[in-house]
Amino acid sequence: MNVIREALSQWNWYLDGWIIVAGILCSVATALLGNFLVLRKMSMLGDAITHAILPGLAAAFFISDSRSSLPMFVGAVIAGILTALFTEWIRSFGKVDEGAAMGVVFTSLFALGLVMIVQAADHVDLDPGCVLYGAIELTPLDTVLIAGWEIPRVVAVLSIVLLINLLFVICFFKELKLSSFDPALATTTGFNATLIHYTLMTLVAITAVASFETVGNILVVAMFVVPPAAAYMLTDRLGRMIVISVILAVIAAITGHISAITVPHWFGYGSTSTAGMMAVAAGLLFVLAALSGPRHGILVIFVRRQFLAWKILAEDIIALMYRIEERDPDLKPDAGYLREILFSRAWPTRLTLYYLTHQNQIAGSDGQFELTEAGRDRERQLVRSHRLWEHYLVEHAGMSTETIHRQAERLEHFTDRQLREKLNEDTNETDQDPHGSPIPPEELTN
Amino acid sequence: MNTSNSVSPDRQNDTSNAAIPLSVYDLTVAYHRKPVIWDVSFDIPPGKLIGIIGPNGAGKSTLLKAVMDLIPKASGRVQIFGKSYQKNRHRVGYVPQRESVDWDFPVDALDVVTMGLYKEIGWCLPVRKKHKVRAMEALERVGIADYARRQISQLSGGQQQRTFLARALVQNADLYLMDEPFAAVDAATEKAIVQILQEMKESGKTALVIHHDLQTVPEYFDYVILLNMRVIDHGLTADVFTPENLQKTYGGRLTLLEEATETMRRREQSL
Repeated sequence: MNVIREALSQWNWYLDGWIIVAGILCSVATALLGNFLVLRKMSMLGDAITHAILPGLAAAFFISDSRSSLPMFVGAVIAGILTALFTEWIRSFGKVDEGAAMGVVFTSLFALGLVMIVQAADHVDLDPGCVLYGAIELTPLDTVLIAGWEIPRVVAVLSIVLLINLLFVICFFKELKLSSFDPALATTTGFNATLIHYTLMTLVAITAVASFETVGNILVVAMFVVPPAAAYMLTDRLGRMIVISVILAVIAAITGHISAITVPHWFGYGSTSTAGMMAVAAGLLFVLAALSGPRHGILVIFVRRQFLAWKILAEDIIALMYRIEERDPDLKPDAGYLREILFSRAWPTRLTLYYLTHQNQIAGSDGQFELTEAGRDRERQLVRSHRLWEHYLVEHAGMSTETIHRQAERLEHFTDRQLREKLNEDTNETDQDPHGSPIPPEELTN
Repeated sequence: MNTSNSVSPDRQNDTSNAAIPLSVYDLTVAYHRKPVIWDVSFDIPPGKLIGIIGPNGAGKSTLLKAVMDLIPKASGRVQIFGKSYQKNRHRVGYVPQRESVDWDFPVDALDVVTMGLYKEIGWCLPVRKKHKVRAMEALERVGIADYARRQISQLSGGQQQRTFLARALVQNADLYLMDEPFAAVDAATEKAIVQILQEMKESGKTALVIHHDLQTVPEYFDYVILLNMRVIDHGLTADVFTPENLQKTYGGRLTLLEEATETMRRREQSL
């Protein structure tokens, strides 16, 4: 804990505050557009554009011979849009798929850009490292005066870009949704999907250019794609997905910076790159989302399956004990005896027996168990479900009496009282199953 | 034709075709210089259910897409109610092929149906309550209002198809282009869709439907277009849906196809 306190003792609200603000503005601006890249399965195109803006930047250097922002901005945006165009052309004219087309375009442009930047670096003050990894730590040093406030230039630029992206997503929410989901319907109903596509790509290029000073040319891809992809795991509604991606982007920016200045100290190193840690934080959030998402989450699916397995085991135990009791009322089985017949593993059986005891469906003494009245009730309902299903399968599904047992065995575990009542109606309230065994009543009347 | 009287007579060329929902003349479409459909010409009569029949790869989907300008035409002319598609596209509704839909997209059934109203709502304006009410009515009409709030991958095949049918219904078009609406649906849904198609026909709509199950063709469609790169024949079902024409359309593949259909049918019944 001391090391953390020590690391945070260097915390400076002015410096660290502005760095975090820049990180948040950048990650939110990218995440907003990233949602549509992910949903259009164009994450790679975002990647391509962000790489390909490099020669645009370099060309602007050569032409204007300065680091002034406007020519750079224009040059980079043009390069970004050209990437989208080239990719589309190569894809439609050459016989290659979109991935290969993009690979051709953006690696060539990126390489060209690198060569140009290394050349430019000789006579213009430009560090290739900063271009690739960003220099978010330098954010507070370069300020402009806006309405009497001294604001870092990067923050001012990113604020404008964020505002544009926000307005774009809010104003064209409906159009983006439609053209991402069904470009054919968009085009046939007069919302030009191609126009929307290139507008989105232009904004991606602008956002990438605005972000390259903070998180750099390479890491910006993580900011575009990872928070929306994580949000996609957590919800299945578009509006919620966008909101969640923004929240995750903010969390990634804050935890990214804090961990950049604390985590390395735990291992005795100095602070590391904030942009890098932002991408790492986003990656961790994605892993968390992938594990815990409500629908696709690996953990959730695992837990759901376990619960079902235990429920079925519990019902099998009750059923087995009922049959044992029918045959020999004095025999009180122990866990080992039950396991032998059910082929169940030791600890799930023990847990289930504990659970059933807790539910008062069985009572145990000295490791031996017997059914309680509640347990017999439950078993009677299971038998009732089973036999009603058998009857139904023969009557309504036209199955033969030999094959129905296994089906009914499975179905009985998923049958509640309501369904039993329906089955009872459909089978004309019969009291015998196809094998001639009696179907027990829902409640004992005595 | 009686409807031509109601159309303004000032444009000769238009009035002559204004009653024909879809007129295709000399249409050729090619992918990478290899023709997919070749010299396709036909007119379809209004207020009828029309089936497009042909083997896989015959260019059925390509034909519909070319009609809607979704893919470029190598040559030919398409007219919708006597005008170019661009001028009359508001009169066309489209039900896409189920393979082309991204079922994991984060939208629910109601969202999808509401998309049919976006054109009417216009650029940038939000979806309002009244639009959702209309979308709900369409979902009720196809019988899946209870599932309006389900994400589309959690609907059954039949419910998914009905969702897209409901979307076409709210578009309130006069000509519907449907790419295999009966694919992967259960018997109950198939009946429901046929019922809705009949109702549409009775209210004067025309539907052009890509269809695969040859056995139901005479029952469902008044008019058929037999397509295998070229139009083999088109006309009233009773006239052109003949064994000879089918043999020409499917070539030697017909018996194999019949066999496969039969196997699938048996497998479905055993479920």
